[in-house]
Amino acid sequence: MELLIFYPLAGLCVLFALGVVVSNSPINSAISLIGMMLGLSGIFVLLQAHFIAVLQIIIYAGAIMVLFMFVIMLLNLKGKGEDEKWQSRDKNILLNVLGGLLATGVLYKIIDIINAGDFNSPAMPPESFGTVREVGTILFTEFVLPFEVASILLLVAMIGAVVLAKSKVD
Amino acid sequence: MDFGMVPLTHYLFLSATLFVIGVTGVLIQRNVIVVFMSIEIMLNAVNISLVAFDRYMNLHDGQVFSFMVMCVAAAEVSVGLAIIISLFRNKPTTNLDEFNIMKS
Repeated sequence: MELLIFYPLAGLCVLFALGVVVSNSPINSAISLIGMMLGLSGIFVLLQAHFIAVLQIIIYAGAIMVLFMFVIMLLNLKGKGEDEKWQSRDKNILLNVLGGLLATGVLYKIIDIINAGDFNSPAMPPESFGTVREVGTILFTEFVLPFEVASILLLVAMIGAVVLAKSKVD
Repeated sequence: MDFGMVPLTHYLFLSATLFVIGVTGVLIQRNVIVVFMSIEIMLNAVNISLVAFDRYMNLHDGQVFSFMVMCVAAAEVSVGLAIIISLFRNKPTTNLDEFNIMKS
């Protein structure tokens, strides 16, 4: 039953992700990325992580993508057509080496995953699994220091963004 | 006990696929903003793995980790887009290959 929901969602996510990478204009990429975020939030719901699913929509599809759209509109970017990608990169040795390393690493890991034991039959989680209460409890007891550090990180990022966008680069 | 659930390997495959798509985007694209979006795809792919392991081990730690990943992604996007805007002010292009002012 869950598989019937999982496969369309996963296919949609992969298609939208490919759309981000191969499309020519940044605005199409951004719209595909929003589609991917929504699909991923469906997958999180399937994994019973309700809190993360809602956060995915609010933070990614809401805040981050609006920021992307805003910058794309602000810079008035249009697709440049063919000269933006796929050219003169195939002779780049570093790029080829990195791509090869990535392919071998991922293949190795996939073989690892196939050979790993039986994770396929987990215990049924309790009813309250993944709710805001559960995640919030663990966030404010066990992970309270990382939580505070994250708030400082966001503050620093905000100040940094203001300073960077204000001053001229020279 | 089988509840007709999706096996964990499916989630891991989806995660690996999305991660590879993200890396491909970083490697082949030249538009700064699309490269940024590809980085977002990679971060999301890792989130799938974290939450899936969480579900299959009956823990909540992975969800907290993915919460932290989202925080870092938000911080990174805000600073990165500010950098892009100030670069664009200096030189009106978003092609990565033209940003070589540090080279000379």
